[in-house]
Amino acid sequence: MNPQHRLDVLRGVTPPRPHDARAIAALAANPGCARRALMDGAGVDKDAAARHLGFPAPFGQSPFAITRGNVFEALVKADGCAELLRMLRELLGLPVAEVAYHDVENVGAHLRHAHTRTLIDRAARDEHDAGTLYDHPLLSLEIAGHTAYLEPDVVAFQLGGRFHIVEIKSFAVIDGQADPSAVAAAARQAAVYVLALRTLLEELGHDPLKVSHDVVLVCPENFANRPVASLVDVRRQLAVLRRQLTRMSALDRLLEGLPDDLTFDLRPDDDGRPTRPVAELADALRRTTARYAPDCLSTCDMCFFCRDEARQEGASDLLGRQVRDELGGVASVAEALGLADGTRDPAAGQEEIARLLRNAERLRKECLT
Amino acid sequence: MSLLTSLARLRALDEGIAQPIATVRHCHLADRPMVFIPLKLSGEAAAPLAAMLGADRDRPRLLVVAQPRNRDLRFAWAAELAGVLLPYVEGFLRDTETVERRNADPYERAIDAPQILVPNRAGVAFVRLLGRSMRFRRADGPYPVPESVPLLGRWLTYFAERAAYPGSSLMPAMTEELGRHWASGQSGLEDANLAALLAWITTGPSDDAEDPLIWPPAGPATDPGFDAEVLAPAMESGSAERVTEALRTQLEPSWRLMWQAIDLLAGLEEGAGVASRWEQDRGSFSGMAAHVAEGAPPQPRRDGAVAAAARLARMERAQAAYDAQRAYDDPLVMAEHRLTGEAFAGEVVDTDPGNTEGEGRSRKLRPLVVIKTDDPVRLSPGTSLGTPQRRAQGAELVSAGEGLVTVKITKGMGRGRTAAPGAVPEIGERVCYTSLTDDFQGSPALPDAEATPWTHGGPPREYVPDDEDAQEEWS
Repeated sequence: MNPQHRLDVLRGVTPPRPHDARAIAALAANPGCARRALMDGAGVDKDAAARHLGFPAPFGQSPFAITRGNVFEALVKADGCAELLRMLRELLGLPVAEVAYHDVENVGAHLRHAHTRTLIDRAARDEHDAGTLYDHPLLSLEIAGHTAYLEPDVVAFQLGGRFHIVEIKSFAVIDGQADPSAVAAAARQAAVYVLALRTLLEELGHDPLKVSHDVVLVCPENFANRPVASLVDVRRQLAVLRRQLTRMSALDRLLEGLPDDLTFDLRPDDDGRPTRPVAELADALRRTTARYAPDCLSTCDMCFFCRDEARQEGASDLLGRQVRDELGGVASVAEALGLADGTRDPAAGQEEIARLLRNAERLRKECLT
Repeated sequence: MSLLTSLARLRALDEGIAQPIATVRHCHLADRPMVFIPLKLSGEAAAPLAAMLGADRDRPRLLVVAQPRNRDLRFAWAAELAGVLLPYVEGFLRDTETVERRNADPYERAIDAPQILVPNRAGVAFVRLLGRSMRFRRADGPYPVPESVPLLGRWLTYFAERAAYPGSSLMPAMTEELGRHWASGQSGLEDANLAALLAWITTGPSDDAEDPLIWPPAGPATDPGFDAEVLAPAMESGSAERVTEALRTQLEPSWRLMWQAIDLLAGLEEGAGVASRWEQDRGSFSGMAAHVAEGAPPQPRRDGAVAAAARLARMERAQAAYDAQRAYDDPLVMAEHRLTGEAFAGEVVDTDPGNTEGEGRSRKLRPLVVIKTDDPVRLSPGTSLGTPQRRAQGAELVSAGEGLVTVKITKGMGRGRTAAPGAVPEIGERVCYTSLTDDFQGSPALPDAEATPWTHGGPPREYVPDDEDAQEEWS
């Protein structure tokens, strides 16, 4: 059976869930997780699966945050991106006279991707280097055999002949500083767009490096709504993303050793309600290896399910990467404690960590009694 | 995190209850702490939504911005907050003591200082942003605010900055403080949830702690589900009372948890170094108060190069001192250093109290002590050592190997021909020596701000408050 068919079987009759940039960016967060790679490769709706399993993901977005995000984006893009242009002029040296604005959304949804392609092709061909803004472009990226459609906020084409991805975010930059984790997430997401645009240029026979690795991040400044733009270098995020996407196209290796009829199908009824017995789905999922880490709690829909599994297995992963690294390869809690109190003999290669653990146990006993 | 803490976490996971990683309390607990639980509006940088605060556990004050997008209501809230916090803070300025200093004028130090407890580190970060959004406001000019607002902004900025200072107890984050004393069987990430961490310490892990319907998050972010289903409709209804009651349900559980956590920490005996660190806190607090009284401008948006370097150096020294003091105060913390070979403990098996070095006038008393230890000693001969058993004493490692360590006492045994009674440990006594010392370290030589070299941007411009700062939007 070919891998693509295997992945379709894994997903079953549940419709595939399209990948958005946020989901693709999150793939890079835990590259070692086979369960996640398979579920994403097959386009499984992880959120629905987690819900059905009784482990709904702990994410949610406040309506206040959504409103604020929309208001801010509207403000930046108002009047043909007038405010954005002002900032790009300052940041990239975009000459005002030569800027054109294209709203790609003016064509029907089904045409948007083709239209974006044509516009970008024309722009890349153009000798005149006209500065142009493309609003609502639709890019695509191949993820494990599936085409994912992506909507960057804006693509700017600059005089120097380079495209810049513009990412509009509503977290504040206060006195020149923003929340590092928010910036990192934005950079990961923007890297997905850069990669998609580079792929498009390559397909069209242009130099992919015409897409700059410096993305323009637009955020509110201080406590007001006034936007401020800064350049963020996403080269590192691009490298991670590329590596992870290559891994995903090598899903066949992960599929080896799994039974041919293994499926994560939720068997939705006519109303879309899942009918698959929960225990059966959980069993199917447990056939694949997850690599749970506490960081999953903020990135993966399956996190509570995998955490529960890690608890049942008594895996030291539960305590975080730092503890796991410190234990140097001792994966289970019982094993580590056994080495510490001497009821278990160290296996080959475990002598050093066993000695440390025994010493630590002796010291704790001495101090606490 | 050390291997010792990792082992405690494993043990906690196995036994289903948090394990102690300290035998004494390493933070100061005020007689009358102020508990402060602020909430912010989701999606905004520093839009306050509510705060529950107070120094009396039975009478929390609840301050609410019924319509957080309304600028006037926000400033009214800030003024109300100032009405509670400023009297609390200023109340500590009345009783002072005069402190004599070598090479400097004596100064007045408050006998006690305020302590504002917030639930977690995100709470401290929000306090800093609140401070930043208030301290440049003006009571006169185009957008006047009540006079207390910029003053509160300066104090909140001060407290949040002080919270980053190792060993300070002026604004502790509760989850951090609990995490320094107990190891739970979950990850550090999950420890940031006050309800979850407290459950580990008291009754054992519980999934309820992660259910926002049972234990709403301890702020500053609210639960998105609550925002969508309760708060947004309440705000739309325009009823301030409904909004207030909704927010009370989110804050009251955390309020109880905060006091429960205080009781837990109070149950631990205070470490020996806590008082001296609190003394530094009192000094710092008095300095800030004097600064305000002299009419100095608010803290700058960013430190200049010299100020930043000086702050960093201060914090590094504070960290080193804090680490050393905790180890001297607490055998369980010292055990971490024993595990890595920077300290060792054991029984004295031999002594030579009369050992001397040198001849004639330069003859010096250098008593020798031989200690039998099971610890892996990784110190080279000649390393200077200190000991928690005799804090004034200095020693030096002579040799180590085969579980026997010879130590030479170099300081603190008296000036006579023989060692002062008790200065040299007796055979059979348990002692601990470490290379970790809390010796005074001089501050690095830094130029005056006016002499900042061009490599560091040259002298910073002096801050002159202007109308633009005061008018800064707060939307």
